Amino acid sequence: MTEVEETLKRIQSHKGVIGTMVVNAEGIPIRTTLDNSTTVQYAGLLHQLTMKAKSTVRDIDPQNDLTFLRIRSKKHEIMVAPDKEYLLIVIQNPCE
Amino acid sequence: MAMCASPRPFRRVGSAGAAALAAGGAGGAERRGRPAPLQDETLGVASVPSQWRSVQGIRGETKSCQTAGIATAESSAQARTHADAQVQTEAPEEPAAMAPVSQYDTLRLEAFLRRVEAMVIRELNNNWQSHAFDGYEVNWTEQQQTVSCLHTLVYPLAQGQGLHVTGISWNSTGSVLACAYGRLDDGDWSTLKSYVCTWNLDRQGLNPQQPSVVVEVPSAVMCLAFHPTQPSHIAGGLYSGEVLVWDMSRPEDPLLWRTGLTDDTHTDPVYQVLWLPEPRHSHRFQVLSAATDGKVLLWRGSGAGQLRLTKGFALAVQQLPRSTKLKKPPRGETEVGVTSVAFSSFDSSLFVLGTEGGFPLKCSLASEVAALTRMPSSVPLRAPVQFTFSPHGGPVYSVSCSPFHRNLFLSAGTDGHVHLYSMLQAQPLTSLQLSHKYLFAVRWSPVRPLVFAAASGEGDVQLFDLQKSSQKPTVSITQTQDGSPVYCLEFNSQQTQLLAAGDAKGMVKVWQLSTAFTEQGPREVEDLDQLEAEITT
Repeated sequence: MTEVEETLKRIQSHKGVIGTMVVNAEGIPIRTTLDNSTTVQYAGLLHQLTMKAKSTVRDIDPQNDLTFLRIRSKKHEIMVAPDKEYLLIVIQNPCE
Repeated sequence: MAMCASPRPFRRVGSAGAAALAAGGAGGAERRGRPAPLQDETLGVASVPSQWRSVQGIRGETKSCQTAGIATAESSAQARTHADAQVQTEAPEEPAAMAPVSQYDTLRLEAFLRRVEAMVIRELNNNWQSHAFDGYEVNWTEQQQTVSCLHTLVYPLAQGQGLHVTGISWNSTGSVLACAYGRLDDGDWSTLKSYVCTWNLDRQGLNPQQPSVVVEVPSAVMCLAFHPTQPSHIAGGLYSGEVLVWDMSRPEDPLLWRTGLTDDTHTDPVYQVLWLPEPRHSHRFQVLSAATDGKVLLWRGSGAGQLRLTKGFALAVQQLPRSTKLKKPPRGETEVGVTSVAFSSFDSSLFVLGTEGGFPLKCSLASEVAALTRMPSSVPLRAPVQFTFSPHGGPVYSVSCSPFHRNLFLSAGTDGHVHLYSMLQAQPLTSLQLSHKYLFAVRWSPVRPLVFAAASGEGDVQLFDLQKSSQKPTVSITQTQDGSPVYCLEFNSQQTQLLAAGDAKGMVKVWQLSTAFTEQGPREVEDLDQLEAEITT
């Protein structure tokens, strides 16, 4: 447990990071630094988007796979590190 | 059995008695018929046999009852076999079963994070240093390139009398615009009649010269405010000092409440009305009014059609904080005329007043200091002022608190300047001369942190984008052709591309803003913070 918390704290302490969360394979958040309603919204939406991105990459080339997903918007950048069982989601404001 | 026998002795005795009494009676009658003198007589004797002993003796009957015999039998029970058993509450194997799952899950999570941490941190650092998106801004919705006039609304009856538009207000749905008529250039007491008109801009067949609803008012209307949640309720302040509330969905009898002219009522024109949520019932609202008699009053509607005073504030010159050097106050009481009110978006008890003396005042609804005033009032009047800001060079007619920053507010005055203040210091952060004549209204944009609009005495509406320029207006809209003043303007907070402005020609124009004024840029909130921080130091 300690190693998990320490890793999340290290990520959270980087410049401009405003939120960090881990989501399981069913889209349920299991760790987060944000408030509940924000976390649930991000987790649900990004889980869907990541599944779609995975299937896109794999449909184009079955030998390929999704390694990282970045969403740039006016105000924030959302980074998703996917895995078989978990997603790590980090939200950064690079304008700060 | 005994009861069955009873009737017979009664009958016999009754008959005998009756016969005897009848005989006696008859005898008496015969003798009284003779005119003989009084003398002793002896009458016959009637005999009544005893019921008690005879009844008991004659009718008694002996009986006995015996229940049927109950069969009984003897038997015995004896357990022939038994077995031993034990119960133990602890399940010794469960901890062993739980441990592998828990450790396994944690281990997999740890392994996942170990795999991705380096990559994520590398991307975060790269992104922080990257300039790939500098200067890159997108707008995917269709762009509106220019500011254009959508509607020009006029009530010919009011315009024919030379009335000005003194106040406008958008309703809670953003589809109805209300307009108040009066005059702002009369120095004398006015007996002018006036109107409040509403147009429903979303209705098909909108006629710009025919309002949806017209309410006639006995005095000039100085200001209007639609209810924050009830689309048809609107409050107005009159030249006579009265405050009224109408329901515009009842054209036959729209008046809901009014203050009437009482000791509590303002004695000078009401320059602004606002709706405030009640402290403990946030779904119910009170009306706040501010007037040049120096009073700021809170009213609640009651069942009798009367607005009742619930709380009151009075401003006296001698009670103003001495945080700035003001002119020496004259002897005795002097009220500070209030011309405008704006509430903070971040603290519901904090508000800013604009005054005839030109200085904005920071005030609090929570103040309990008694006001030094002899004005009569049914509730004690408080002194609300906490801080005095540096004055304009003339009366302030409009103040507006930023919806995006807790400390910033704007004020506009007759010196033609807009001041940008921070609540934390007396001097304005910046002062912008927008006009060589009066400024009558200033409002922050509800959606763009760095945008505000000002209504000028030269007949134009000026839109400022502090991100583009902090000295010159970004767009200047000509509202009146002959330079007559624009008195009021309001952004629509629901349909954020709309801005309405009213002028001295009796016209209200609804402007559609270009997209640049209605879509927030990538760094705008940070730029607003930086603006305050830079100028403050």
